Amino acid sequence: MHRFANPARFMRMSQIVLPWLTVVTTLLLVAGLVLSFVAPPDYQQGESVRIMFVHVPAAWMAMCAYTSLAAASAAALIWRHPLAEIAAEETAPLGAVFTGLCLVTGSLWGQPMWGTWWAWDARMTSVLVLFFLYLGYMALLNAFDDPTRGRRAAAILALVGFVNVPIIKFSVDWWNTLHQPASVLRVGGPTIDPSILLPLLIMAVAFTLLFATLLVVRMRAALIERKIRVLDAAAGGALG
Amino acid sequence: MSFSTWIQMGGYAMFVWPAYGIAAAALGLLALGSIRRYRLAQRRLAVMMATRRGEDA
Repeated sequence: MHRFANPARFMRMSQIVLPWLTVVTTLLLVAGLVLSFVAPPDYQQGESVRIMFVHVPAAWMAMCAYTSLAAASAAALIWRHPLAEIAAEETAPLGAVFTGLCLVTGSLWGQPMWGTWWAWDARMTSVLVLFFLYLGYMALLNAFDDPTRGRRAAAILALVGFVNVPIIKFSVDWWNTLHQPASVLRVGGPTIDPSILLPLLIMAVAFTLLFATLLVVRMRAALIERKIRVLDAAAGGALG
Repeated sequence: MSFSTWIQMGGYAMFVWPAYGIAAAALGLLALGSIRRYRLAQRRLAVMMATRRGEDA
């Protein structure tokens, strides 16, 4: 693992992977969007089911991104690896955007279906907590004069906050909520009709690849910025 | 199905279209911001390396 976590190796490998990743992501996003509008309306939700093709993948990405953030934070705390630090730092804004998107699109679906923009339902509240965890992580990262202390404090918050991920996943089973129980990732297989499931899964893969593409771009940018700071410091700060 | 019927989204247009619009805007801005930051960093590094080469020469 350490061999692949080398920043120079990451730059070389990501340079090869990035164009392919971008092409596949774009194609899948286009395919997912087309299928989202070709899919038949749901027999109960009608055309509003199309919001689910954005809302559900955004919700999955919100949790996946936080899991990545916690894993990268653990690696950074244990091995003090700069690439893990950068991965965690660059994952947080992406995760925050996906979580925000999940909350907003959920609200837009909730008003016509449940008759309310917001309810303090266990699933919605735990996702809101996830959003605040992302914001807290980013705030903590920049809250100290010493960046090392900021990174360490933020990494600890990320690890402690990880307890919220299983709470989000199982909130619909543990508490009586407005949300229906799991209908895709469940024992016994999905309960959704294939005409709805296919666009949903394609959008989910597209969102995952979009997250991966943007994470690689941002990590490359962060590594270059670190190199600039090192060169600048070596030159006595003369180049700003 | 006519275009106007499709746009109306069975009466849910005011919920469906904003959901897609906000998603496109949020993810689009995130992508543009990330690419812009990456290109800016690349340009700054190139300028820095060129300056160093000039100093060495």
